[in-house]
Amino acid sequence: MGILEVKNVGKRFGGLQALSNVNLSVAENSVHAIIGPNGAGKSTLLNCLVGKLVPDTGSVMFDGQSVLGRKPYEINQMGISRVFQTPEIFGDLTVMENMLIPCFAKRDGAFQMNALSRVIAQGEVISKAEEMLVDMNMANKRHMIASSLSRGDKRRLEIGMCLSQQPRLLLLDEPTAGMARADTNNTIDLLKQISDERDITIAIIEHDMHVVFSLANRITVLAQGTPLVEDTPDNIKGHPKVKEAYLGETQAA
Amino acid sequence: MLGLDKKDTLMLLVVTALVVFAPILLNPFPAESSMAQFNAGYPDLMQRFVIFGILAIGFNILFGLTGYLSFGHAAFLGVGSYSAVWMMKLLTMNVIPAILLSVIVAGLFSVLIGYISLRRSGIYFSILTLAFAQMSFNLAYSVLTPITNGETGLQITLNDPRILDGANAPAYPNLFGAQMNEATTLFFGGWSFTFSVGYYLCGIIMLLSFYLSIRIFRSPFGMMLRAVKSNQQRMNYTGLNTKPYTLAAFVISGMYAGLAGGLLASMDPLAGAERMQWTASGEVVLMTILGGAGTLIGPILGAGFIKYFENIFSKINEATLEAWFAFLPAGLEDFVVAIIYPFVGKGWHLTLGLLFMLVVIFLPGGLVEGGQRVAKLFRRRDRQTTDAEPDTTRQGQIPPAE
Repeated sequence: MGILEVKNVGKRFGGLQALSNVNLSVAENSVHAIIGPNGAGKSTLLNCLVGKLVPDTGSVMFDGQSVLGRKPYEINQMGISRVFQTPEIFGDLTVMENMLIPCFAKRDGAFQMNALSRVIAQGEVISKAEEMLVDMNMANKRHMIASSLSRGDKRRLEIGMCLSQQPRLLLLDEPTAGMARADTNNTIDLLKQISDERDITIAIIEHDMHVVFSLANRITVLAQGTPLVEDTPDNIKGHPKVKEAYLGETQAA
Repeated sequence: MLGLDKKDTLMLLVVTALVVFAPILLNPFPAESSMAQFNAGYPDLMQRFVIFGILAIGFNILFGLTGYLSFGHAAFLGVGSYSAVWMMKLLTMNVIPAILLSVIVAGLFSVLIGYISLRRSGIYFSILTLAFAQMSFNLAYSVLTPITNGETGLQITLNDPRILDGANAPAYPNLFGAQMNEATTLFFGGWSFTFSVGYYLCGIIMLLSFYLSIRIFRSPFGMMLRAVKSNQQRMNYTGLNTKPYTLAAFVISGMYAGLAGGLLASMDPLAGAERMQWTASGEVVLMTILGGAGTLIGPILGAGFIKYFENIFSKINEATLEAWFAFLPAGLEDFVVAIIYPFVGKGWHLTLGLLFMLVVIFLPGGLVEGGQRVAKLFRRRDRQTTDAEPDTTRQGQIPPAE
């Protein structure tokens, strides 16, 4: 039984069946990649997991609890953090403030003003944010306005913000899209380090095969809204069906 | 000091000094001189400066921090005024209960309006608040006449019960006996300076509100509000429900408006529905943007600026202009007066409008940004003459909101 269990999920947009009969089980502490050609339904699936979309059929269970019908912030409080395709950070705020907000929010998500308990805990929160900045190797950029960071640094910051919440499942939507090669490699190293050092499950949607094969220990191939195969990276590489549906195309091109 | 850092303390002290010495600073011209009409140091106008300052400070907590543009803040101003007048009719002419009630009632009213309006954001939120304010305005004129006294406006009369006041209590708004319109005038050569009780009460309350707004801006709560403005999506995916934050900001800002309304009624005990009209809501938006939305001191500057224009600039008439340009040859004088005339006096809105356009186009950060640019210019010139040390530490940093 995995930490994330997706059963028979289907989603239709008007005349388009975006997802049908998707079954997926993500094992705890694994790095699970979901790949597939454009329009295969990867992003739709991800949106169903975080509460942005509600699937028409099926169930999504996280750690034994259904996520369906919950709002994104409630799902996050269950322990799922999401990294977006284009980094979603607080662009007007400084790097340090960006890091402080998830530290203040933590997992309880409760509404807290400058209440006494928070004033006392404030020092603790700040040192936690500092620690994460150091971990992300961004301590020297703490006073910069987040929107002025490079693409790679924005991604790094976003991942750091998600990690500071100590999520149990980290969802990444094409984390290296539009990145230079050096930034991509940095991100791969960062994610590798995270999955090695932390007690965390990572589910990743990715286009870049280089990223997928250097990170994942389990891969699901999605095509036309249904899972084609699910296997280890080595088996996927040689799988004829996958080659036909996905890898074959890219090799030919 | 008082939990503020050095820069904020300095700003608070500067504002305090301005408020305390306003009766002198705003009367730079001798009472008999031809420039005396530009003196703004009379109690009625100074009270307006600080009261609308409070309104704008409160509006800025909502608009400047969360980015939610409310077009209905005048409703809270009006509700505050009505509550204050009712308190003065029923209980006592002491302004303290009146002001407290106006804050509480405006707070409750803003919980209701905020709860509904904040279901939407952006332009839809603005329209919802505008609709509520117009609704309040029209209701105050029509069906709510028993409470608001319709078009005449709510006034105090000698027959009011005022159950807490004794027989000899003053029949004018007062603070434990000190009447709001009491004033001492100080003559100094050709100058005269008026110090009134009402102005200083408003001034002290404005300073308290300003201090509170600094604390809100600098608190984690203020940071969360700026985060709401910056990226709601990320807030949601950080496990934060943004609604309690925006609602809290909305209610705080509504209570500031109620406080301003209560003070208006305390200075001059009548309340009319026109205080709730949409033009009044628009005015506070103008003040905040003109001064600099999201900055601490901007809204106060904007409020002072607009009120000065409204009351002083609008008084320049044709005769004044002719007196100014009398030194020119007759034909030219008429020409110059004819050109300038549409921009002053009754045409002051035209100048204000042009100014507003200039600020929005060239100084999106408002007058505060203008001030910062000028300061930077001087600093750069200073540095060029004194030392040529490269300033690497500042790179990528922006100055915190003033």
